[in-house]
Amino acid sequence: MARKILEVNNIETYYDHVRALHGVSFDIEEGSITTILGNNGAGKTTTLNTIMGLLDDQPDKGGITFDGKHIGRKDTEYIVSLGIGYVPEGREVFDELTVKENLLVGAYLRKDRKNISADIQRMFGYFPVLEERISQQAGTLSGGEQQMLAIARALMNRPRLLIMDEPSLGLSPALVKLIFGIIPSIRDAGVTVLLVEQNANMALKTADFGYIMENGRFVHSGRSADLMEDEDVKEFYLGIKMEESVKGEQRYKRKRRWG
Amino acid sequence: MLAQLLITSLVFGSIYALMALAMSITYKASEIPNFAQGEMAMISTYVTFVALSSFGMNFTLAILLTVAFAFVLGILLEFAFLRRAKDPTPLSYIVITIGFQLMLYGLAGWKWGSDQRQINLPFSESKVLYQTDSFAITELNLVTILIAVIVLILIYLLIQKTKLGLAMKACQQNVNAARMNGIPSDRILAISFGISSIVGATAGVLVAPLITLDPTMMWDPLLKGFAAAVLGGMKSLYGVVIGGFLLGIVENLFGFYISIEFKSVVAFLIIVIVLYFRPSGLFDKHYVRKV
Ligand SMILES: Nc1ncnc2c1ncn2[C@@H]1O[C@H](COP(=O)(O)OP(=O)(O)OP(=O)(O)O)[C@@H](O)[C@H]1O
Ligand SMILES: [Mg+2]
Repeated sequence: MARKILEVNNIETYYDHVRALHGVSFDIEEGSITTILGNNGAGKTTTLNTIMGLLDDQPDKGGITFDGKHIGRKDTEYIVSLGIGYVPEGREVFDELTVKENLLVGAYLRKDRKNISADIQRMFGYFPVLEERISQQAGTLSGGEQQMLAIARALMNRPRLLIMDEPSLGLSPALVKLIFGIIPSIRDAGVTVLLVEQNANMALKTADFGYIMENGRFVHSGRSADLMEDEDVKEFYLGIKMEESVKGEQRYKRKRRWG
Repeated sequence: MLAQLLITSLVFGSIYALMALAMSITYKASEIPNFAQGEMAMISTYVTFVALSSFGMNFTLAILLTVAFAFVLGILLEFAFLRRAKDPTPLSYIVITIGFQLMLYGLAGWKWGSDQRQINLPFSESKVLYQTDSFAITELNLVTILIAVIVLILIYLLIQKTKLGLAMKACQQNVNAARMNGIPSDRILAISFGISSIVGATAGVLVAPLITLDPTMMWDPLLKGFAAAVLGGMKSLYGVVIGGFLLGIVENLFGFYISIEFKSVVAFLIIVIVLYFRPSGLFDKHYVRKV
């Protein structure tokens, strides 16, 4: 069995006094692509923001280990410096900085300044359109281009784990295909990938492992290939309908099995 | 006469531009209008004064000391006071900067009293460098404009050409995204306050020989700097600098041709007019997001 690069152990996260995560545990094998699926409000972004140290004093309970080091409640800068790259939900590019400047911000922690321009070229290899836009302000890019920029920016720090939050959000099918097409090449370049998605179909096809989240906890997990064959996943996440007559009863049973 | 007015305008415009830039640097970084900016510059100017007069330091050394002091003072405001606010609102930040202002004002009053002192920079007000029938440039005039322009250029280079400048811009635009890229946003904010304080201190040291050194010395320059910043658009660093020089010109022309008594009112009038017609200032880019 491969080494675990990230281990999340029973974390609980609160927004003020409301608990959003009720004991979330999962781990990620080095060199794999892992996906977390879940509907709106399931707690996916909360999980990622907790890992990244973006929520003050969270997780309230539980531990997070990256590469053997405890990162729970640590400063985001420290967590990033250990080698986690984050592509946040909604891209969050720096609107008034150029494409090039956005990439340089991604390289902020890099000590080997002289390799940075080679890495920028490597990003243009993944996303040629960014090279055409190099001096354009990021706020004027299309949504798809911004998503590519956000991914490239996170890769500029040469992370060992890349975390992406719904990269397909709001993109046309062609662009979704393009983005998902890059993910295996990123992994092949030696970066472990954690992908949060609502597009279960694409995500399970791309990933090795999957976790399914509902209401702040995981209800199901397994190899992607197995999840794609799972009746519950098919019905609730892949949109493959069961026969009408038995649907109600089956959903009832399945909910129970997950709970 | 117009030429002489223009020189005076540029001299005071330099001071206003520096004060406006100082305010704008921290406002962009934190959305906090720093009401202590003037008093911070005043205390820093006293440091120059004490270094020169009491310790007899040479000018370069005194300036280096002042720069270091101003930097630390700016960091102190951010680190010791602003950062401590729990669940802060804009109002609580404003109250903190006013508190810091009163503290520094009290300190200066207690230490140096309200005596008006003379700061002795090695540039003379009486040494005329160039003179025609209609105007004269003194050494002090020239040095004031020159130093202001150098500081403005240095700040430009810092922001546009250095890694620190890039980090400052990233934090201004999206602090969470900056942190996700490993930028220590708290430290960058503290450094922004330090840099802003140095810019303000430059204005203080340059204006001191033109007026007199006392604890209230920066009240007028602060108000003018604020007006210039509003005129230029608080968030445009170029805008506020142009605003500073424009205000210098408008104020001096008004004072000469219209009314010397109401010269100081110009700044206030400008604030009101700009807020009425163009609240984002003359030069604030109207950024349009492509959909
Ligand atoms: N800043 C916040 N303050 C209070 N509650 C929050 C905050 N952010 C999220 N929540 C709540 O936490 C729960 C989980 O939200 P989260 O954003 O993690 O869901 P998500 O799985 O990422 O959903 P989506 O797919 O829509 O992005 C939701 O009930 C949400 O309302
Ligand atoms: Mg989300």
